[in-house]
Amino acid sequence: MFLVQRRLCSLGSQEKLLKKIYSSNALGFSTSAKMALKFKNAKRIEGLDSNVWVEFTKLAADPSVVNLGQGLPDISPPSYVKEELSKAALADNLNQYTRGFGHPSLVKALSSLYEKIYQNRIDPNEEIIVTVGGYGALFNAIQGLVDPGDEVIIMVPFYDCYEPMVRMAGATPVFIPLRSKPTDGMTWSSSDWTFSPQELESKFSSKTKAIILNTPHNPIGKVYTREELQIIADLCIKYDTLCISDEVYEWLVYTGHKHIKIATFPGMWERTITIGSAGKTFSVTGWKLGWSIGPKHLVKHLQTVQQNTFYTCATPLQAALAQALWIDIKRMDDPECYFNSLPKELEVKRDRMVRLLNSVGLKPIIPDGGYFIIADVSSLDADLSDMKSDEPYDYKFVKWMTKNKKLSAIPISAFCDSKSKPQFEKLVRFCFIKKDSTLDAAEEIIKAWSSQKP
Amino acid sequence: MAKQLQARRLNGIDHNPWLEFIRLSKEYDVVNLGQGFPDFSPPDFAVQAFQQATSGNFMLNQYTMAFVIIIEPAFDCYEPMTLMAGGRPVFVSLRPSPAPKGQLEHSNDWQLDPTELASKFTPRTKALVLNTPNNPLGKVFSKMELELVADLCQKHDVLCISDEVYQWLVYDGHQHVSIASLPGMWGRTLTIGSAGKSFSATGWKVGWVMGPDNIMKHLRTVHQNSVFHCPTQGQAAVAQCFEQEQQHFGQPSSYFLQLPKAMQLNRDHMIRSLQSVGLKPLIPQGSYFLIADISDFKRKMPNLPGAEDEPYDRCFAKWMIKNKGLVAIPVSIFFSKPHQKDFDHYIRFCFVKDEATLQAMDERLQKWKRELQP
Repeated sequence: MFLVQRRLCSLGSQEKLLKKIYSSNALGFSTSAKMALKFKNAKRIEGLDSNVWVEFTKLAADPSVVNLGQGLPDISPPSYVKEELSKAALADNLNQYTRGFGHPSLVKALSSLYEKIYQNRIDPNEEIIVTVGGYGALFNAIQGLVDPGDEVIIMVPFYDCYEPMVRMAGATPVFIPLRSKPTDGMTWSSSDWTFSPQELESKFSSKTKAIILNTPHNPIGKVYTREELQIIADLCIKYDTLCISDEVYEWLVYTGHKHIKIATFPGMWERTITIGSAGKTFSVTGWKLGWSIGPKHLVKHLQTVQQNTFYTCATPLQAALAQALWIDIKRMDDPECYFNSLPKELEVKRDRMVRLLNSVGLKPIIPDGGYFIIADVSSLDADLSDMKSDEPYDYKFVKWMTKNKKLSAIPISAFCDSKSKPQFEKLVRFCFIKKDSTLDAAEEIIKAWSSQKP
Repeated sequence: MAKQLQARRLNGIDHNPWLEFIRLSKEYDVVNLGQGFPDFSPPDFAVQAFQQATSGNFMLNQYTMAFVIIIEPAFDCYEPMTLMAGGRPVFVSLRPSPAPKGQLEHSNDWQLDPTELASKFTPRTKALVLNTPNNPLGKVFSKMELELVADLCQKHDVLCISDEVYQWLVYDGHQHVSIASLPGMWGRTLTIGSAGKSFSATGWKVGWVMGPDNIMKHLRTVHQNSVFHCPTQGQAAVAQCFEQEQQHFGQPSSYFLQLPKAMQLNRDHMIRSLQSVGLKPLIPQGSYFLIADISDFKRKMPNLPGAEDEPYDRCFAKWMIKNKGLVAIPVSIFFSKPHQKDFDHYIRFCFVKDEATLQAMDERLQKWKRELQP
């Protein structure tokens, strides 16, 4: 069902100016008119046509491949979540348009939930907007607040859509790498990765409109500490910039770590948009519902984008999500609450992946949050001589591994700007929000592989 | 914040007329014939399809300066969307021709002037937006009218964006024609459809575009850098609905024949009822909207409460909500600002409504009629 048929064009390639229109045989129309200059793409999407998900999802679509690539749960969502959607599908008025900025019962539920966390009142109508997934929230924020000529700071590695979305808005992404402290052979953790405060400050200029923060972090799994967030907050205030905080994995933090919202720091509420996701919260990525929370004077611009793009999100899904949220809001201290039970379940899977990767000599970076784990694959010493030479090592490696070992992952250089790719090209990302049988299959493959080595 | 917060692309497009009318329709005790959504349920097979999609064993739970010619009256989002993309909208009006005395006008009598249309094309015209069947008029463009548009698009090498969301809702034996099917047009047309309008399920928010791959690929690039996916269940349910429809296509059991048949009756009912209070409806050939001429009211009640320079139809619509408990949408919102004053004497009614809603409408109209009598 994820057979997305899209062609790959390499980043930065120039479109041909004149194209032949091929006939649509199915409809019996044919024309051989030459396509003119006007049908070239708008400048805003120049060079943005390639997409790692399109490429790798296609590769992993073979049912014989164990897919630990795209961040797609194959565990069942909680039954009450599915039941609420079934109920919603039967309610007449829930099949029609609802309020554009968010279904009333949903924004009310989100406001109740987040008021507990922010320890402050959140206006459901003015300070929350429901979007088409976390993607939609990012799109609204960037389109609504970022102008051509602006600069937006992005920490590397980054969720891959940040760069093209910033470019699509005509702005310039300014990159700063996360770097690992030396680990001298001991356990490698996502908390070993951090940024240099001096280097970060050097990236701020008079053109900086915003910084995009992602915590818990995809792909590393880093959960930013209070100290790190304070450094970022201080810079945002000093340089009067906005913060777009992608917190879609906010519930997925493991023992010993706590998710902290930068918007709760003094001086930050008024300059921060915080993004959440139903897909990640309830393991229902196909629902495509997300939300942005922030002050009225920022959220209203996201609303303007929404009313001139998608206008509303799907009603039955929003109604069902509201009901599911209420169930868990009422039992937030209960271990049965999905916000508590899911991270517990995933921590077991994480630890399993860590043991597995270690046992075969792969160096995993133990994530403090999120549902991905990165491993350094250099020691597997795969023979990649058959693969195309102009791609980064990890791209070639993942394609080779998918084809020959029937195991898929995502190359970390997909999460890097072109300059940084070489630093990260021995790393691949595995997704572990998978049922045990999937992880069993992955374990078999990895163990067999390592035992084949001389 | 010291700098201007919002991106410049939002300048001038932050206001949205629907918000006011949606709010008003909630504040007062009204029969809502304003915003265009069915107040009856989607057909059973659609509801079942969504149900199955939500409970079945699928992994479904797991998402220049260029000018754009807009034919008005036009669905109101075309203009702000063009502006947000940095384009410049260029408007050309459909204009009514008066009906013979004593007869009701037809929406198909609203026509483009071919010379005027041709004059709007320049070397910098990138696209033309067409909407047939038309919202708000209900006009169904004839093949000849489409050929006029098609010829100009080809002559000036312009892209045609054809909004055909109401394609199944045509009445009185009229035929919907897709401009993409005309010679020379497939290669330069994007055709838009909607599950919400096709299956009376506007809340599903599933729509589609069809066109040649070399243009579609640019839409895909935008898609992958904006929403990336649409909700899975909605798409699965729509797919199932189409599979169902394919089996019945062209037969009386087809929803795409049953719905327009039922809506034609609603249309005729509404046309009869509205006339009783002096509203003059125009007979639409398609869509689920009709417009009514309120010129008589403008003569009799020229000074209704409203902001300075507020077009008359908006004042009238608000007055009607507050005093008569009926919601309709002022047609001037479907016109560009400079033309609103010329077209401020129509309001738009939506008739994709339950029998009970139409009866409630009748009750309000009867009360209104009684109040008219001295």
